[in-house]
Amino acid sequence: MRKLLQPVLAVAFGLALGLGVTRLAGENPWHVLQILWKSAFGSRYDFGMTLFYSTPLIFTGLAVAVPFQAGLFNIGAEGQLTLGALATAAVGAVWPGLPWPLAPALAILAAVTAGTVWGAIPGWLRAKRGSHEVINTIMLNFIAAGLASYVTLYLLKNPDTQNPETRPIGAGYLISQFGIFGGAPVSVALPLAILAAVLVWIFLWRTVIGFEMRAVGQNESAARAAGINTGRMTIIALAVGGGLAGLVGVGEVLGNAGKFRLGFSPEYGFIGIAVALLGRNQPAGVVAAALLFGALHKGTADLDFETEHVTRELSLVLQALIILSVSADGLWSWMKKRSAA
Amino acid sequence: MRVLNRLSILVVVLGISLQSALAEVKVGLVLDLGGKDDKSFNASAYEGATAARKKLGIYLKYVEPSDDNAFEPLLRAFAQKDFDLIIGIGFAQKEAIAKVAAQFPQKHFVVVDSQVDAPNVRSLMFQEHEGGFIVGAIAAMTSQTGKIGYIGGMDVPLIRRFETGYEAGAKKINPQITVIANYVGVTPSAWNNPPRGKELALAQYDAGADVIFAAAGASGFGVFDAAEERKKLAIGVDSNEDWVKPGQILTSMLKRVDLAVFSAIQDAQNGKFTAGLKRFGLADKGVDYSIDQYNEKLLPESVRQRADALKADIIAGKIVVPDYYKK
Repeated sequence: MRKLLQPVLAVAFGLALGLGVTRLAGENPWHVLQILWKSAFGSRYDFGMTLFYSTPLIFTGLAVAVPFQAGLFNIGAEGQLTLGALATAAVGAVWPGLPWPLAPALAILAAVTAGTVWGAIPGWLRAKRGSHEVINTIMLNFIAAGLASYVTLYLLKNPDTQNPETRPIGAGYLISQFGIFGGAPVSVALPLAILAAVLVWIFLWRTVIGFEMRAVGQNESAARAAGINTGRMTIIALAVGGGLAGLVGVGEVLGNAGKFRLGFSPEYGFIGIAVALLGRNQPAGVVAAALLFGALHKGTADLDFETEHVTRELSLVLQALIILSVSADGLWSWMKKRSAA
Repeated sequence: MRVLNRLSILVVVLGISLQSALAEVKVGLVLDLGGKDDKSFNASAYEGATAARKKLGIYLKYVEPSDDNAFEPLLRAFAQKDFDLIIGIGFAQKEAIAKVAAQFPQKHFVVVDSQVDAPNVRSLMFQEHEGGFIVGAIAAMTSQTGKIGYIGGMDVPLIRRFETGYEAGAKKINPQITVIANYVGVTPSAWNNPPRGKELALAQYDAGADVIFAAAGASGFGVFDAAEERKKLAIGVDSNEDWVKPGQILTSMLKRVDLAVFSAIQDAQNGKFTAGLKRFGLADKGVDYSIDQYNEKLLPESVRQRADALKADIIAGKIVVPDYYKK
């Protein structure tokens, strides 16, 4: 019960504090909250955009949560998703004539593979060379950005536009969008993300590898003493995380843009860290947290329209305050002690 | 009865005139990712819109998008509300405008720096190569070393177009002149990377250039910094940037997005909005070079006269400036 109550209270506290800040800017916090709600859930289209932004956050939240269960901190989801999306678009641009369902299947495979490889590299470096995954995943983000620029601009450039993007993928690659959201690009990627969350839960709590991985995360030397190959677990955890991040490409490329656009991600990979933290690294928690952060991203977009003084950057303030309240563990134990006394 | 009739007519007439006086035009402005404080391209668009608010009394709302996927929902949100004219700044919005404009045929749209063919969209394009030609000529007239520099923001055809004009203008004055050209980057972040702009500018100054034209959005601030550090000259772009580092900025190549945006709003207010492509060049002062109290000492009368003569020649068609778009 406490496991559920604490994040919910933390979100409420962070939201209240953030909205209180808008009071200082001369806005009515209640009015601001109404705008947020209306912009995120007010119409089918708005709700669709919220779901559209939530989908990649489910993937990146899981991409951080899985390695975290093995005691590893994946800061590299941004690079992994960049290469995942790039690979998806590359397959579609190089073989545009492939028919549905072979085409999307191949593209999804490419997304997972690219992300997995990009996650496995820091895993291998950690397991074999002992170099820290935080540093390596951060550095690989830069390499991924450079690679994506090179491939997009020199190998697969779209000649019809000045935007930095690849040629469009073939029509057979496009996955269907749900019609009920008034044109918002909510695609089959959303159920795929929820399916991924379910599979991650089964993997972590119902398989031997998942059990061993969590054992490594909770006490590495005990796990090693019990005969678990900790190096192998490190590689697998980061590779699985990378593969999950790579799946962001499915919704963005196959379900939305129909091509890879440089800089399409408003830092989904980094927001994913916050999503995993708020979701307590549990798949169901990640889905719920992704929905909240997606709603915040969409909801704050309309603040520019509707208020005089508050801009969309409030989204960052609210994210920060929510994360601060979630991680204020000391405060919780203090409150517990007080209520016990 | 008759009195009552007349009264009711009076009330109706009064009501109508009151309504038309109250019906202010509502304008929604969706800026590019650079945001309104880039002191350059977006700033110019924002100034044009705020000038319209002050002078024409229109209602203005502007928004800055969070990411590439945000253009469409923002444009759509404006269209769904009671906004009459929706303006999208920058070529990145081309597809989103085309899509939303088709869904809201009764609303008017404006797109800057790219062309959308639709019955309710006005496309504003600028003859950047002509403006580049004039500041290139001014740079060549001012240079002591016979070497000048060019620093572009993102390497796209639009910014290449500035460069080809600049180089042609410089060569017109001094056929032997060397033009060193660099680009800040290949992604949109190149518009907002002053440290990289400064690094490139320092390298160009150290290689002998003494005037550098920065067509690089906010990255140009780094070029201005470098000019100050090396006591050399720089040329600003889009907005008049002469005031940013007085004495260091030779002139600015003006790209009057503000005027183009203002006139689109004015037309919408007067019910004279027309769709289609509108080009802005030297002839209508859509592109130009700047002179004000910050740079008048840097531009002697002789330079100004020659620059103005070149301007007249281009307008008269005696000089044809090479256009990167037509290559």
